[in-house]
Amino acid sequence: MSTDLAVQEREDQDVGVGDYQFGFHDPTDKYVFKSRRGLDREIVYQISEMKKEPKWMRDFRISSLETFFQKPMPSWGGAVEEIDFQNIFYYMKAAANLEKSWEDVPEDIRKTYDRLGIPEAEKKYLAGVKAQYESEVIYGSLQEDLAKQGVLFTDTDSALRDHPDLFREYFGKIIPPNDNKFAALNSAVWSGGSFIYVPPGVKIEFPLQAYFRINSENMGQFERTLIIVDEGASAHYVEGCTAPTYSSESLHSAVVEIVVKRGGRFRYTTIQNWSNNVYNLVTKRAMAYGDSLMEWVDGNLGSKLTMKYPAIYLMEPGARGETLSIAFANDGQHQDAGAKMVHCAPNTSSRVVSKSISKGGGRASYRGLVKVEKGATNCKSNVVCDALILDSKSRSDTYPYIEAEDDQISLEHEASVSKIGEEQLFYLMSRGMTEAEASAMIVTGFIEPLVKELPMEYAVEMNRLIELQMEGSVG
Amino acid sequence: MSAILKISDLRVAVDGKPILKGVNLEIRQGEIHALMGPNGCGKSTLAYVVAGHPKYEITGGAIELDGVNVLELDPCQRARLGIFLAFQYPVTIPGVKVSDFLRHAVSNVRNPDRKEGEGLIPMKDFRKELKDRMSEIDIDSEFARRYLNDGFSGGEKKRMEILQLSLLRPRFAILDETDSGLDSDAVRAVSEGINKLHGPHMGVLIITHHERLLEFNKPSFTHVMLAGKIVETGDASLAHDLHANGYAAVRERHPTEAAEEQAVTVKE
Ligand SMILES: Nc1ncnc2c1ncn2[C@@H]1O[C@H](COP(=O)(O)OP(=O)(O)OP(=O)(O)O)[C@@H](O)[C@H]1O
Ligand SMILES: [Mg+2]
Repeated sequence: MSTDLAVQEREDQDVGVGDYQFGFHDPTDKYVFKSRRGLDREIVYQISEMKKEPKWMRDFRISSLETFFQKPMPSWGGAVEEIDFQNIFYYMKAAANLEKSWEDVPEDIRKTYDRLGIPEAEKKYLAGVKAQYESEVIYGSLQEDLAKQGVLFTDTDSALRDHPDLFREYFGKIIPPNDNKFAALNSAVWSGGSFIYVPPGVKIEFPLQAYFRINSENMGQFERTLIIVDEGASAHYVEGCTAPTYSSESLHSAVVEIVVKRGGRFRYTTIQNWSNNVYNLVTKRAMAYGDSLMEWVDGNLGSKLTMKYPAIYLMEPGARGETLSIAFANDGQHQDAGAKMVHCAPNTSSRVVSKSISKGGGRASYRGLVKVEKGATNCKSNVVCDALILDSKSRSDTYPYIEAEDDQISLEHEASVSKIGEEQLFYLMSRGMTEAEASAMIVTGFIEPLVKELPMEYAVEMNRLIELQMEGSVG
Repeated sequence: MSAILKISDLRVAVDGKPILKGVNLEIRQGEIHALMGPNGCGKSTLAYVVAGHPKYEITGGAIELDGVNVLELDPCQRARLGIFLAFQYPVTIPGVKVSDFLRHAVSNVRNPDRKEGEGLIPMKDFRKELKDRMSEIDIDSEFARRYLNDGFSGGEKKRMEILQLSLLRPRFAILDETDSGLDSDAVRAVSEGINKLHGPHMGVLIITHHERLLEFNKPSFTHVMLAGKIVETGDASLAHDLHANGYAAVRERHPTEAAEEQAVTVKE
C-alpha cells in the first residue's frame, strides 16, 4: 500500500481536526422519543418498551443495570471518575421521516470530510444524512449477493427482531454483563450496532463496511455488535472512519462480541477519531475455535480518554489471534489501549503489535495481558510495542502483564520508546520538507507497517489524518 | 548569470568546541571544487553547516548564495534555494517509501513556495522521470517501493543520494565522500551522473579521500583543510599530489595549523 501522502490535493485551511467545535446537534424536537437525563430502572424499561423487545431482553437489561450499579469503577487505566452517569441521555429515537439534509451540516465539518477525501456516501452517513441513491444501489446489489449466500448483515436491533433464535444463542455469551462495569452499562442501555452471520464455508471477499448499513440507526453511544463466523467461513468487517465522529454526549461505551468457529477467519478493523470531550470505553472480545484466525486492527485517535483492549480467547488447538493497534494521543487526550490474549488450549498462538504516538502533551499507554491457562502447552505469544514521543510534554507508558499457568510455552515481549530523531528531521528537511511535513512523514513511516494492513481508502484517510494532526504543531 | 556560493571567515563550534576556524570558499555555478584533508579536520562539519544542520553553533562569518544570507534559513529553505548535500552517512527513515519521499522532495524543491498539503507534481510525470533517472544510475526500479535507506547496503545508500541529486538538480551540491564504499562501476556511474548534471548549472564541492571521482570530474580547484581552515588551494594536480604523498608536506608548510590539529582532532 502506498502511503500516498501524495494523492491529496487539498486546499490549505486553518481548520485542524483538533480545533473543531464538536457536534452538530439536532434540535430535540426532531426526536419522537428521548429519554430524560439519568439512569434508572424506569429509563431502561422505557428503552426496551420503545424498541418493542421480547421479555428476555428486557429482563437482561434490567439485571445488567443492577450489575452496573454494583460494580465498582475500574481503579486503573484512565481518569473515569469524572463521568457523571446521571447527566447523560441514554436513548434517543430520531423521527423516521425527519431527515437531516447535507446542506444542514455545518460548513467546517463538510470541509473536513472533503479534506479527508471521504467518499460521498460515507460523508453523509457520518453526518447523519440518509445515504444517497448511488449508495442504495451499491448497498442493494451487495445485500442481494450476500443474502443469496445466506449472509446476514444488519443492525443489531433488527437482528433481535428478525433472527431471534440465532441472536439469543450468542448475545451476551462472549461478554457477559458482569464482565466489567461498562459492559454492564452497555448491556442495560444498548442500541444499534452491527449484526453479522456468515454461514459455514462462505468466504466474503470484500470488506463489509458499517456505512453501507443504511436505513438503520447511526452508530450510537452504546452500540452493540455481534458477529458469528461459522466453520470455515471468512470475512472482514470495517467500521468507523478517520473523520472526527461528533457525539453530543460525552460517553461512548460499546460492546463487540465475536465468535469465529473452527477453521474460520475474521478480521475486524476499526478506525475511530472521537471529538475531545468523549470518554470512549469499549469492550471487545472474540472467541476463536480450532484452527481459526481472529484479527483485530484498531486505530484510536481523539477522545478525552479511550480505554480499549480487544481480547481474543483462543479456545481450541490451532487457534491464532492477532491484534494490531495504533493510538495517537494529542493535547488533552489519554489513549489507554492494548490487547488481551487468553490461551485456553494447547498449540495456540497470538501476536500483538502496538504502535503509539503521543504529541502536544498527550498520553499513550499500552496495557496488555497475555494469559496462558493450565494445560495450554506449546503456546506461542509475541508482543511488540513501539512508542513514538514527539515532544517533551507528551508521555508514553507500557503495562505488559503475563499470567502463565503452564510453562511449556514461548512468550516474547519487546518494547521500544523513541523520539523523532534530529538526524531524521534534518535529512528530510535538507530535501525541501518543512519541519511539519518531515515530522508527519516520520510518523507516517512509523505506523506504516500497520496502515498497510488497512483497506486502501482507510489507509489513505489514516495518513491524511496523521498529517492533519501534525500540522501547525511545529516550527 | 551564474550564481555564487560564498563562504567567508566561517567559524563554527560544537558544544563550545571550535571546529571551523575561519573558512573562506567561493564556488560558482558550473565549477567543480575538491575538498581534501585528514580525518577530523572539519570537512563534514562545513558540509552540514552549509546545509543547515541545527547542532552546529555559528560563532562568526557568513554564507551567502547570490547575496541571500543562507545562515538565516532553515534546511528546508536552503534546499528550496538550490543547496544540496549528499550525506556521508545517509539517514534511514523506516516506513517511508523512496518514491513518496522523492515525490515530496521534488515537489518542494521545484516549487519553493509550496506549503505542506498542497499539490504534488503529477504522479504520471514523476513516475516516468524517476524511472529514467534510476536506470541512468543503475538502481533497480524495485528500490522505489522500498523504505528510505532501510536495509540498504553502503553503496546503495550512496547511489540513492545521487538519485536525489539528479532529481533535485540543485544549483550547488556538496558530495561528502560519496565515493567511499562504492565499487568501481558505481564510482563510474556516479561520476557520469555528476558530469551530466554539473554542466554550467551546478557548482559542486567534492569531499573525498580518493582520486577516482576526481579523475572523471576534474576539479578546477583543490582545497586542503587542516584543523578547521582551508590552508591551501591549487588545481587538479594538488589532489593528485596529496593522494600520492599524504599530508606530511602540507603540515610542514603550515606548522601552526598542524599544531592545533593535535589539540583539536579526536581520531575516529
Ligand atoms: N557533535 C559533535 N560533538 C563533538 N565533536 C564533534 C561533533 N561533531 C563533530 N565533531 C568533531 O569535529 C571534528 C570535525 O569532524 P568532521 O566530521 O567535520 O571531520 P571530517 O573532516 O569530515 O572527517 P572524515 O574525513 O573522517 O569524514 C572532529 O574532531 C569531530 O570529532
Ligand atoms: Mg567527514
